[in-house]
Amino acid sequence: MADDDEIILSELDDEELVLQMHDDLYDGLKDEIEEAVNILLERGWTPYDILTKALVAGMTIVGNDFRDGILFVPEVLLAANAMKGGMFILKPLLVETGAPKMGKMVIGTVKGDIHDIGKNLVAMMMEGAGFEVVDLGINNPVENYLDAARREGADIIGMSALLTTTMPYMKVVIDTMKDQGIRDDYIVLVGGAPLNEEFGRAIGADAYCRDAAVAVETAKSFIARKHNQVAAG
Amino acid sequence: MTDALSRLLQTRDWLMADGATGTNLFNMGLSSGDAPELWNADQPGNIAKLYSLAVDAGSDIFLTNTFGGNASRLKLHNAQARVHELNRLGAEIGREVADRAGRPVIVAGSIGPTGDIFAPMGTLTHALAVEMFHEQAEGLKAGGADVLWVETISAPEEFKAAAEAARLAGMAWCGTMSFDTAGRTMMGVTSAQLAALVEKLPNPPVAFGANCGVGSSDLMRTILGFVAAGTERPIIAKGNAGIPKYHEGHIHYDGTPELMAEYAVLARDAGATIIGGCCGTMPVHLKAMRAALESRPRGPRPTLEEISARLGGFSSASDGTGDDEGGAGRERRGRRRG
Repeated sequence: MADDDEIILSELDDEELVLQMHDDLYDGLKDEIEEAVNILLERGWTPYDILTKALVAGMTIVGNDFRDGILFVPEVLLAANAMKGGMFILKPLLVETGAPKMGKMVIGTVKGDIHDIGKNLVAMMMEGAGFEVVDLGINNPVENYLDAARREGADIIGMSALLTTTMPYMKVVIDTMKDQGIRDDYIVLVGGAPLNEEFGRAIGADAYCRDAAVAVETAKSFIARKHNQVAAG
Repeated sequence: MTDALSRLLQTRDWLMADGATGTNLFNMGLSSGDAPELWNADQPGNIAKLYSLAVDAGSDIFLTNTFGGNASRLKLHNAQARVHELNRLGAEIGREVADRAGRPVIVAGSIGPTGDIFAPMGTLTHALAVEMFHEQAEGLKAGGADVLWVETISAPEEFKAAAEAARLAGMAWCGTMSFDTAGRTMMGVTSAQLAALVEKLPNPPVAFGANCGVGSSDLMRTILGFVAAGTERPIIAKGNAGIPKYHEGHIHYDGTPELMAEYAVLARDAGATIIGGCCGTMPVHLKAMRAALESRPRGPRPTLEEISARLGGFSSASDGTGDDEGGAGRERRGRRRG
């Protein structure tokens, strides 16, 4: 049943093509995503519409199924990789057209902590969701976070720790931000295996994120709130 | 059947492994961020003490201080050229402690994950992983480890690479994965899948099982999953002493010695042969576990309800085995070209 079932992307109408892109993201098909992005561009879609309606919407489905234990890390990484292929085409066009930005995050493991696999997953999924990510790597003292956040004009500071001995350092970073009067300039998200919501609240983070999918959803909702505030103000 | 662990398993119906390495070393002054493996060369007295704490608390098996002793992890400390040395020293110190114990004690050469993600998304390949694990295994062998002990793995590819490294080094080995994501490993492996994977290896491990993860209840559910898969192989249970809790600037694991003793007996009754702790498990926990294993008679295999009643609830409703296997999946719109 090979040929009968083959889908020719260019023969699908817009609505079907977007739904097909959601499926192809889900299956991590990078070549097909790139082809579809180019087809929509040829049909006159704005880069921003392609990003939000096709790619980000598709990755939301992936993120939800990851959160619900239907997909696991390997599938999510493949999906993020396909998304990245589409983003590579869109990125210069988004800049050219002055499209609104999803947001920018600086992320790293805290001082003393060298365990970076969780941080890497969050970075990949945030990129997959259309965010710009500045990866500070491992073992970051407070000044790394704050210098990078200032330099990059970041919206979000993300901190990760795997050890019970290093997670208290997150509070050091947040307290320093308070001392400098810049705490409310940034959304602070924290994560890592030994953390929990109670800990996130206790140290004054905006949110604890249980996994990479939750990090993306949380980042999106905080950014949306921030935009609303700006609009209202 | 010539390795010391297999011989010991023939004489006993359960063995106790050790507890936490990191938690104990931090108590001795290790700074977080430093590689514990460097202490095999710089603070050998502390490492001997770490091993002795486990042996004195009644452990029949202890793991060497070499968890992060592969080139990829040591590179973070610019010590990637010292893989053989640090692993050899970690095992040598262990050999001395074990030989002084006055009873058979197994030195298990700890091998943790590389921390890298496999291609195509990451950079790790099978050949690279085998090379790194093999280098580490040769160091552990040279230092006199009785068996290799592969632990906290989440990717099946990495588990297979470690098995091949053990074969290349000519060492018997044990292997455990960390089931921390709704009963599966981070990479989606279920307990039933690991039980099946183990039997497909050309050089299967002496024993296999689960370590770390979420709490003792979840770990017990994983053990029941191995048993349900019908394995004939000895099962390893090495669970954390509860869950880390934050109190006024300090963090401690909430599992009491009494809870860990309860867990040890339940793990044995569920079908585990090698029982130990992981993060947060201190000598006081091990002593309580040993005493309970020696004094309390075997009971029937516990049900999930009994486990949650005695150890606490589970972190997720399902663990991906049995009726839930394969997941619900997503309804596809059309067929994709392959």
